[in-house]
Amino acid sequence: MGKKAVIEGSMAIAIAVKQARPHVISAYPITPQTHIMEFLADFVANGELKTEYLRVDSEFSAASVAQGAVAAGSRAYTASASQGLLLMTEVLYNVAGMRLPMVLTGVNRSVGTPVNIQPDHQDTVLFRDTGMIQLYVEDAQEAYDAHVQAFRIAEDRDVLLPVLVCVDGWTISHTFEPVEVEEQEKIDAFLPPYKPLYHLDPKKPYTFGSISIDKDLMEFRYLHEEAIQGAKAKIEAIAREFEKTFGRYYGGLTQSYKTEDADIVFVAMGSIIGTLKEAVDELRAQGKKVGVLKVRSYRPFPVEEIRAALANAKVACVIDRAISIGFGAGPLTIDTQAALYGPNAPQVLPFYAGLGGKDVELKHVAEMVAKAEKAAAGEAVSAEPEYVNINWNLVS
Amino acid sequence: MTQKELFASGHRGCPGCGAAMATRMMLRATGDDVIVVSPTGCLETFTSMYGESCWEVPWFHGLFENAGAIASGVEAALKMQGRTDTKVVAIGGDGGTFDIGIGALSGMLERGHNVTYICYDNEAYMNTGVQRSSATTPYASTTTSPAGSHSMGKTRPKKNLAAIALAHDVPYVATASIAYPQDFMNKVKKSLTFQGSRFIHVHAPCPIGWGFDTALTVEVGRLAVETGLMPIWEAEYGEITKVRKIREVKPIEEYLKVQRRFRHLFASDAGKKELAALQELCNKNIEKMGLAGERKVTTDVS
Amino acid sequence: MRLNAGAVCAGGGSYVNKTGHWRTFIPRVDTDKCNGCGICYTYCPDSSIEIVEKTAQIDYDYCKGCGVCAHECPREAIAMEEERK
Repeated sequence: MGKKAVIEGSMAIAIAVKQARPHVISAYPITPQTHIMEFLADFVANGELKTEYLRVDSEFSAASVAQGAVAAGSRAYTASASQGLLLMTEVLYNVAGMRLPMVLTGVNRSVGTPVNIQPDHQDTVLFRDTGMIQLYVEDAQEAYDAHVQAFRIAEDRDVLLPVLVCVDGWTISHTFEPVEVEEQEKIDAFLPPYKPLYHLDPKKPYTFGSISIDKDLMEFRYLHEEAIQGAKAKIEAIAREFEKTFGRYYGGLTQSYKTEDADIVFVAMGSIIGTLKEAVDELRAQGKKVGVLKVRSYRPFPVEEIRAALANAKVACVIDRAISIGFGAGPLTIDTQAALYGPNAPQVLPFYAGLGGKDVELKHVAEMVAKAEKAAAGEAVSAEPEYVNINWNLVS
Repeated sequence: MTQKELFASGHRGCPGCGAAMATRMMLRATGDDVIVVSPTGCLETFTSMYGESCWEVPWFHGLFENAGAIASGVEAALKMQGRTDTKVVAIGGDGGTFDIGIGALSGMLERGHNVTYICYDNEAYMNTGVQRSSATTPYASTTTSPAGSHSMGKTRPKKNLAAIALAHDVPYVATASIAYPQDFMNKVKKSLTFQGSRFIHVHAPCPIGWGFDTALTVEVGRLAVETGLMPIWEAEYGEITKVRKIREVKPIEEYLKVQRRFRHLFASDAGKKELAALQELCNKNIEKMGLAGERKVTTDVS
Repeated sequence: MRLNAGAVCAGGGSYVNKTGHWRTFIPRVDTDKCNGCGICYTYCPDSSIEIVEKTAQIDYDYCKGCGVCAHECPREAIAMEEERK
């Protein structure tokens, strides 16, 4: 059994990273990611962690340093948020295309302009098409667990892809929660040292970052897609192995909460899942058949799992913490609708909630359910996205 | 005489490519226990077609602006793995070094990674078709600073990147030219003996971009040095310790006349002011760096 | 043959690309004049010259005919001739 402690979410992540024994950590400050890097710096300063801890000149360099380290055959880690993640974008496409298994934390924060340091998913959804794996966690314990799993997933020989662990800023990163921290020996057994397929070594000189033209570019994309599709089974298997070893399971690609007999199912990612589970318990007590489907893996997107989980639902309320400006729905809604397309699909009702840290309370969940109930009863309701808790005075 | 070739034939560099010369010389100096990092650029493009790479050493190309950071990560990883005998060298063009990559380079120099960063300077973005960079010699005509009835080409001075590197308080900084291979190779070798970050700026003429006969790459490189336009020096721990003297200083026209990119300066009297300014630039270099005087080394490839 | 993950490839594959056909002029070494000093070997951007028994030997499979070797030879032992194919 691990040791239970009440710690900040950032500390839970820092401990998981420390226990993964990365050779190289690259750090660049940005709110609300900074605590993770400060805690790791403390571990290095007090001798708890032996690593090359590089205080770099930008997020661009942070991602690049980690990429170079992984290419040289080492485990490497970095983290960022918001604008910092945006600055990393070009590097992250490169890391994914090169199939280098680095792990990074995206501490979710909105993206300017306007400047906002509060949580939403506008930053990380940007990486949708990079070919990285993206996992969204719901609390500090899952953040700890997911980081340990992330290295295993990334470094699996059949996967070899970077994993971005998305953690809602403040709500998870800066909140103290009870977290079970496992013993180092158990983590070591679960997560053996990184053994690269290819690495930079004069004994076997490989060329990294080569050029591909029309004769094989599509074929490289095919292999990339094949790898991330194959990662679906690995993500699930590693989550189950983690459960067997440590006794906790937060879902693999998805996690269903009271969806079996539910007419109305919420589909969402991140810390809002906690609020939704609580709301579902309350609504169930009132006799309403509601449930929650947590999308844990945004990429690869769990098409089959979503179809299965919603097979008997009448309405799917999809909550987006990001907006695809110009489409008229959020990224999660768009993907969910695409996954469900076909006969017998439940009606999809899109909601924007929690943008820029906007509060989502139980009463707001009740309002969403009220709309969904009308739809479930066959009443015509608008399929346009609802802006949950919007202040109409400011826009009219 | 010849040693194991680490830069294989069959690459797609243009005939007479100065960048290819610089890279070959560099690899002769480093030997095979090396990891090389390059930013995007001509060198990257003409060497690294999938399955047809000419690199017989481990080589990594990431992006245009991050070679300094990639090399830092590689070096840090080697340190943790205990593979510290393996040298880490970065080589990139002036676009990737003077311009878009200067942030990552500065970070690498500031953190003091055990890396030798070599910039092969061909004075423009050659891979994309000769656009001006901050390393372009003033008054050169490039595709984004073309000479015309209202333009004398590039108007701004060349950035002194070696001086910027020196300002990072690194143990070794040097300039060199592909025209003097032994000097360049010695500098690469010497750089590798220092603990910390090292920077070498090597002048590497480009026949296509500068507009001269492919046979003249070395000749043009030599003229840049002999006119005082490209001072050759080295510095250890912040102090300039060695300067390459010019036995017989040549007028800048000799350098400019053989290159199409300066043709407009000779087309009419209009270019006289610019020619005088370039001569003045050389004079200043010669005075400031103490370039005039007897040269000790006498062999042709020194 | 299945491509490598991440487009990582072994070095040295460039030998398949015989760049000799780029030539319009071909360097010819006068073996009487050449003393094998190696200047041409050092400058050759295409790694196409070797010094064998104190004489420069050009690998015409890859030599692009730039003419740097001929221009730099201190003994004028290399001449550029028009390529006849």
